Amino acid sequence: MLRWLIGGGREPQGLAETIGEEQTQNPYTELLVLKAHHDIVRFLVQLDEYRFASAGDDGIVVVWNAQTGEKLLELNGHTQKITAFITFPSLEACEEKNQLMLTASSDRTVILWDCDTGRQVRKVSCFQSTVKCLIVLQRRDVWLSGGNDLCVWNRKLDLLCKTSHLSDTGISALIEIPKNCVVAAVGKELIIFQLVAPTEESLEWDILEIKRLLDHQDNILSLVNVNDLSFITGSHVGEMIIWDILDWTMQACECNFWDPSPQLDTQQEIKLCQKPNDISIHHFTWDEENVFAAVGRGLYVYNLQMKRVIACQKTAHDSSVLHVAKLPNRQLISCSEDGSVRIWELREKQQLAVEPVPTGFFNMWGFGRVNKQASQPIKKQQENATPCSLELIGDLIGHSSSVEMFLYFEDHGLVTCSADHLIILWKNGERESGLRSLKLFQKLEENGDLYLAV
Amino acid sequence: MISAPDVVAFTKEEEYEEEPYNEPALPEEYSVPLFPFASQGANPWSKLSGAKFSRDFILISEFSEQVGPQPLLTIPNDTKVFGTFDLNYFSLRIMSVDYQASFVGHPPGSAYPKLNFVEDSKVVLGDSKEGAFAYVHHLTLYDLEARGFVRPFCMAYISADQHKIMQQFQELSAEFSKASECLKTGNRKAFAGELEKKLKDLDYTRTVLHTETEIQKKANDKGFYSSQAIEKANELASVEKSIIEHQDLLKQIRSYPHRKLKGSALCSGEMEHTQDQASQPATTSNTDESAATDLYTCRPAYTPKLIKAKSTKCFDKKLKTLEELCDTEYFTQTLAQLSHIEHMFRGDLCYLLTSQIDRALLKQQHITNFLFEDFVEVDDRVVEKQESTPPKPSPGRPPSRSLEECPIPQVLISVGSYKSSVESVPIKMEQELGDEYREAEVTEMSSFDPQESLDYLDMDMKGSISSGESIEVLGTEKSTSVLAKSDSQASLTVPLSPQVVRSKVVSHRTISEDSIEVLSTCPSEALIPDDFKASYPSAINEEESYADDSEGAIHFQASVSPPELGEAEEGSLENTSSQADSSCCIGKESESLRVPLSTPAHTPSDQDGVVSIPPQRYRQKDQGFHVDFAVENANPSQDNSSEGFPAYELDPERLLASRDVSKSSLDNSDTTSNLSSIASTSSDRTPSSAYPPGPSSERHKKRAGQNALKFIRQYPFAHPAIYSLLSGRTLVVLGEDEAIVRKLVTALSIFVPNHSHHAKPVKHWISSPLHITDFQKWKLIGLQRVASPASAGTLHALSRYSRYTSVLDLDNRALRCPLYRGTLVPRLADHRTQIKRGSTYYLHVQSMLTQLCSKAFLYTFCHHLHLPAHDKETEELVASRQASFLKLNLGLVNEDAKVVQYLAELLKLHYTQEAPGTSHPTLRFDYVPSFLYKI
Repeated sequence: MLRWLIGGGREPQGLAETIGEEQTQNPYTELLVLKAHHDIVRFLVQLDEYRFASAGDDGIVVVWNAQTGEKLLELNGHTQKITAFITFPSLEACEEKNQLMLTASSDRTVILWDCDTGRQVRKVSCFQSTVKCLIVLQRRDVWLSGGNDLCVWNRKLDLLCKTSHLSDTGISALIEIPKNCVVAAVGKELIIFQLVAPTEESLEWDILEIKRLLDHQDNILSLVNVNDLSFITGSHVGEMIIWDILDWTMQACECNFWDPSPQLDTQQEIKLCQKPNDISIHHFTWDEENVFAAVGRGLYVYNLQMKRVIACQKTAHDSSVLHVAKLPNRQLISCSEDGSVRIWELREKQQLAVEPVPTGFFNMWGFGRVNKQASQPIKKQQENATPCSLELIGDLIGHSSSVEMFLYFEDHGLVTCSADHLIILWKNGERESGLRSLKLFQKLEENGDLYLAV
Repeated sequence: MISAPDVVAFTKEEEYEEEPYNEPALPEEYSVPLFPFASQGANPWSKLSGAKFSRDFILISEFSEQVGPQPLLTIPNDTKVFGTFDLNYFSLRIMSVDYQASFVGHPPGSAYPKLNFVEDSKVVLGDSKEGAFAYVHHLTLYDLEARGFVRPFCMAYISADQHKIMQQFQELSAEFSKASECLKTGNRKAFAGELEKKLKDLDYTRTVLHTETEIQKKANDKGFYSSQAIEKANELASVEKSIIEHQDLLKQIRSYPHRKLKGSALCSGEMEHTQDQASQPATTSNTDESAATDLYTCRPAYTPKLIKAKSTKCFDKKLKTLEELCDTEYFTQTLAQLSHIEHMFRGDLCYLLTSQIDRALLKQQHITNFLFEDFVEVDDRVVEKQESTPPKPSPGRPPSRSLEECPIPQVLISVGSYKSSVESVPIKMEQELGDEYREAEVTEMSSFDPQESLDYLDMDMKGSISSGESIEVLGTEKSTSVLAKSDSQASLTVPLSPQVVRSKVVSHRTISEDSIEVLSTCPSEALIPDDFKASYPSAINEEESYADDSEGAIHFQASVSPPELGEAEEGSLENTSSQADSSCCIGKESESLRVPLSTPAHTPSDQDGVVSIPPQRYRQKDQGFHVDFAVENANPSQDNSSEGFPAYELDPERLLASRDVSKSSLDNSDTTSNLSSIASTSSDRTPSSAYPPGPSSERHKKRAGQNALKFIRQYPFAHPAIYSLLSGRTLVVLGEDEAIVRKLVTALSIFVPNHSHHAKPVKHWISSPLHITDFQKWKLIGLQRVASPASAGTLHALSRYSRYTSVLDLDNRALRCPLYRGTLVPRLADHRTQIKRGSTYYLHVQSMLTQLCSKAFLYTFCHHLHLPAHDKETEELVASRQASFLKLNLGLVNEDAKVVQYLAELLKLHYTQEAPGTSHPTLRFDYVPSFLYKI
């Protein structure tokens, strides 16, 4: 549109699907830029219905009001960038009602904060390495920190037990699975640990390595619990493996997201293949039926029942997709290194506009319970049936650099954080206008300026 | 859909740059004859009076005890200004009307000299011979070496326009009081310092004398005193006495501020003074307390001198100059204040009045006025509002009325200054050197035939002619508390209808070549002490009345309404007066002081029949704001005749009325429009708060208006660009030449709604790539286009954020912005407009925008539009109600609604904000396609 301005020379590099300026379905018509950080903002954590906290490379944690964009607290305690950030759910039994949160930093400390007062409750600084992930096991009321080793802590920040040194790269992701187990992603490996709680025999906590899964070809980037039955891992080379949560066996594996398809423009594909990170799986999200994967620049919707990709958007963004989230109304939001946030809608595809899905996608290795025979009819069905499609219904452009993460509030809109040090609060303009009117009349009433003419 | 070829220019740039816009010639029958004096460079408003000076100026004079009245300085200090005007002569005139004989010295029965803290007196006088009228502000300064320790001074605002002086009396008085207070504070400081020094001298002298006496005593042990010793002893005694006297004086002068602060609740003096200081050089920006404490601290380094026994009170010594009398800082401040006054009252009265009304109206729109008003002025106003003094309790004035009672704007023009009656005002006329006192007396007549009184006055006047001087006191005002005490509530003599006064002046001119007309005096806050009054038992009592005793105020208001208008209203007047019980009516009016229209004072004898008409057009409302506005606005193509009165437009009745008024006041060459007189009646505020804008901002507006006009004529796509600004979409003006970009940005900034009082969201020039925060902060940006590849980032950012911006490319003469199909902007920015002058166009824009503001106000504050009527009502229903309101009731079509919606959001934010100006509003935008317009 602005080519006349730029001078007609360069094409916009993006190959991704674009949407014009007319976005009738995009509800976000108001934005508020929040400025407090001095470096990349990497983490956003929702505290309650109206508050969230942000943290990033500048080592500070800021608590915000999601409605007004007001900065509530600024927490200073870390000297280096923050590497992990979770909330610590308060126990019902505990008198302390204040919400707590845990931050880990590359200054090799972990701090427990009180988000209501901004007080630094406790600080642990006996780590040998940077803590890269944190997880709270609520049932046991302990939390685990993953760095080069795995440590177990209680609420008072006493070290309960720890593993030996695992690797120099450290644990990149941790999830909790049933039977007191946790899964840690360490490089290419998945290690399953079991936590042994104190019993009559031994008063000590212990953590035991149970199993190592070595099926990934490259570093595991993402690890999520999908449901009570399975968890999923995604690797740098685009392998997505669905694991059984109980016996840790592979249920399904997708490893050819990058497979060139004859229907697609070859040029484009070559370009794609040249960059391996174009197929790395950065993030997953899920709902009851589907897993949504951010694979390179694309988005894929994988149906758990059908065990196949039901919709995809190969170049959803101009650059790697970093975070995806599913909204209740069949909408999907993705953010990317290209600085944009896009809103997608999962639609049943119309008969005529069938987008050819590369067959390679649906190649599956039958492992475990899935057998090859089963996959054949599915494949046929796919080709005949109309899979869904991801329709772009809007994009949010505000950040000038990679959008690291976002947070969706049902009532207040969307919060995005970015490498440009900014946090942007995207709001539904119409709703905000109504709220402001409400506030106006409330104030009028308070001031006694409003009365009803009898 | 408009694409580029459709909007290709109607014009070419070159044409416009070479020649100004040529409008088609009017047909013969429509042309208006030119003003006959136009060729002489005179404007229709110029007074063809005999004034010998080119424009108004301020004169400071002194009544020197050595040489008599003498001019000290003028502001502006430029001989061109006062030309051949005889300053010496006029100094004599103005110094001779000081009613407030300042009395200092040994009062009978007091052992020590007593300082009288006399209040300043304020007098209006006219000198028909010189063609000069002056507001004269007398004050006294203390000087230890002067006779009675006082030096009388006066500051005079001299103008050829009598009405200006009369109608701006209150403002002049307030402003000059500030200057005077500043001067006096500095003087007190200096005087105290002087006293300190003198005391040290005396102390030293005493010590010396004492030692000498002791030595003599010792040397002389014969038991008797030599004459020398006695002389020494006497000397010592007189020094002792002098010390006590001076200590007493010092105590008195130091006690001043406290006394004064205690004495009057609205002692403007010191407080305003310190507030003034804040804005002036930092040296004096101390608080009241510290000022009070260190005001009189003596300077440490002073070596006392021996004082000779003989006093040196003789005429050969040099008196201190004004600057020496006053602390230097205060003196400079005073000068600054005086030149401020000179700026403030520069220009035609009609202009001053209009801007005052304008300001007063704006002040009332405290919810919406931040949107388009110049924030500096608004700031001023806010400050003024805070420091505005409470209204003086006046028997003739109504207590401050609530908004619902009087929806008419509260504007006070000078009328207030005439409406008090007169009691015993001692007038001391000093002729030549003031040795001759001529005291005239008009006996008090509280109930007398007005005609007789007039005769009586005439007689008195004739009497004065015999002395070669005709002095006519046209009006005085006493402070209200004096008024309350005064038994006689008789109103003042001469009505101040311009015509009448003029005729009077003329008649006097025939009588006397050398006449002084004291038009009005006002020792306003000055309370003449009772003892002082008593010492002048034979003061002039200028009291007479044309009508009821208590109705002075009404006469003057009545007379302010222009005669022409009065004639036009004659019919309706008679009707009403026949219907209404006139006495009752008058009684009512005396309470409310609401005289919208009344009979002009054609002749003095007519004054008997003055009837006040109750307000008929300006319907009183019982709500703060009412929503039953007319739907006539729905016709967007209505003409602009009502634009001058946007505040009224929503009420059809008012609209009619204001239209009438505007027409009739247009007919009037007279500046006192009916509107203003009406407005003034309901005022309870001092109008001093209304500063006319400084000349610089005026020039700025003019230039902005001119450039905006040029933009509109040059660019056929000006409308969508202006729409972008009004609807809060940031407009980026892109260009290589900084000067051109800045000029256009300044011009277009008149269309940018403000977010708060504090800053206009305009960035004139930026060369770095734009960021998302910039769009939140600024709504109009001048952006540098660099030819180098470095600019790629800038342009890339611009294209990336293109959905938030409209881009006006000056170099390519192109605009990219959303489509506009409304009717509002074409009226606001008509490229075929007949307006030629920048300032006129600026005013046109202001009035249109004010109109828009009132629409936004209504939309914002209509309860039912924004809140669901019941729980089950859906959002869609509310939205459709809003849309239909905007369309049907406010007459907004298509994109115009968005403008009002945007303004409404700003209003909401501004109203609900806790601390105004703390945060930027959120960036609102629409996902609408943009179009490219190109010439």
